[in-house]
Amino acid sequence: MEAGESLLFLLRERVGLPGSKNACEQGECGSCTVYLDGTPVCACLVAAGQAQGCEVVTVEGLADGDELHPVQEAFVEAGAVQCGFCTPGLLVAVHDLLARCDDPDEPQIREALAGNLCRCTGYEKIFDAVRLAAGRSR
Amino acid sequence: MTQFLSAADLRHAIELKAAHPDATLIAGGTDVMVGLNFGHRQESRLIDISRVAELREWSRDGDTVRLGAGVPYTRIVEELGGELPGLARAARTIGSAQIRNRATVGGNLGTASPAGDALPPLLAARASVEVASSRGTRAVPAREFFTGPGRSVLETDEIVTSVRLPVAAGPQQFAKLGPRNAMVIAVASVALTLDPEHRRVGCSAGSAAPTPVAAAEAEEFAAAELDWTGGELPAPVLARFGGLVAGATSPIDDLRGSAGYRRHAVAVLARRTLTWAWQELWRS
Repeated sequence: MEAGESLLFLLRERVGLPGSKNACEQGECGSCTVYLDGTPVCACLVAAGQAQGCEVVTVEGLADGDELHPVQEAFVEAGAVQCGFCTPGLLVAVHDLLARCDDPDEPQIREALAGNLCRCTGYEKIFDAVRLAAGRSR
Repeated sequence: MTQFLSAADLRHAIELKAAHPDATLIAGGTDVMVGLNFGHRQESRLIDISRVAELREWSRDGDTVRLGAGVPYTRIVEELGGELPGLARAARTIGSAQIRNRATVGGNLGTASPAGDALPPLLAARASVEVASSRGTRAVPAREFFTGPGRSVLETDEIVTSVRLPVAAGPQQFAKLGPRNAMVIAVASVALTLDPEHRRVGCSAGSAAPTPVAAAEAEEFAAAELDWTGGELPAPVLARFGGLVAGATSPIDDLRGSAGYRRHAVAVLARRTLTWAWQELWRS
């Protein structure tokens, strides 16, 4: 491992977990969002060495075997996935939002997802998925 | 090859920095990693201070908050909105949830960008920056900390350990201008504090000079002209205040805005933050 490499590079290129996406590499897009010790972070902005001994959960860790997590189910049902590139980061961000608040209002959803860009601009369907998943989690 | 050194505690961090003054400190990584990812910076050594527990605590000592340099902005928003509303408001505008979960005030100070969102609130509140090295510790007024874009009085063997801020003695406001509500490098920003008991005003602008700047003349003008017994905020006082804050800046033209636009924006934000703070003061 090279000392200056990111947690994202470690996950994708060394551990073989390509779910977290590599896009902007500057924390702008959120497509590499993972949990680091339970906190959502941009994996591209964590030096790999900083994660030593920490618990990392990527999008691959949300489903239970072949059983999708309810947040993932909601994204599929609501049509919140277009090209799919932003989806892994959004899933982790929404998973975290709903873990903290099971009935988020519009501003809370927008603030929580402000760091996740969807270049297909499918935000309305993504918001539908959040509300669908929130309704089912209550 | 970059060498990665992990500091176990503050003493260890200070020892490492003394032994390797050329090393770059990394905490939240939201600035340092961008440079590394893009190959803009080649570091021979990184010293990871994200595990240093002493930097990740804050405490209240009477009328002062001692804020560890490594407390992430999410915690400042959640835990310090009462004591430090100006800083908490600015913290809430920083980056995104993911960035706020990692980024720190120490990082804003170390990077010393004129656009660091947490910096105008520190200057407005007349905060003091505590730095440590193997030679000892010293406190630097936030208003004297910066010497230019990306530059500060920090010596190569020194680490920012904490910031001391007075607990808010009245309303504190922050406003920042940018193309959207998140993930924005401010085109201009203004932080403002009111201390009605001592009839003092604090005001600082960001992204409008080579460093964040305090608007000392505007502060004195407002302190003298405001009717601290509860009167209205006269339009001429407000206008003159905005002009004086803008006058304290020396902005440049860049891709985010022209110097003229920034000067105008600072005046508008200064008037707005003073108006909000004044309304807040007399609402309570």
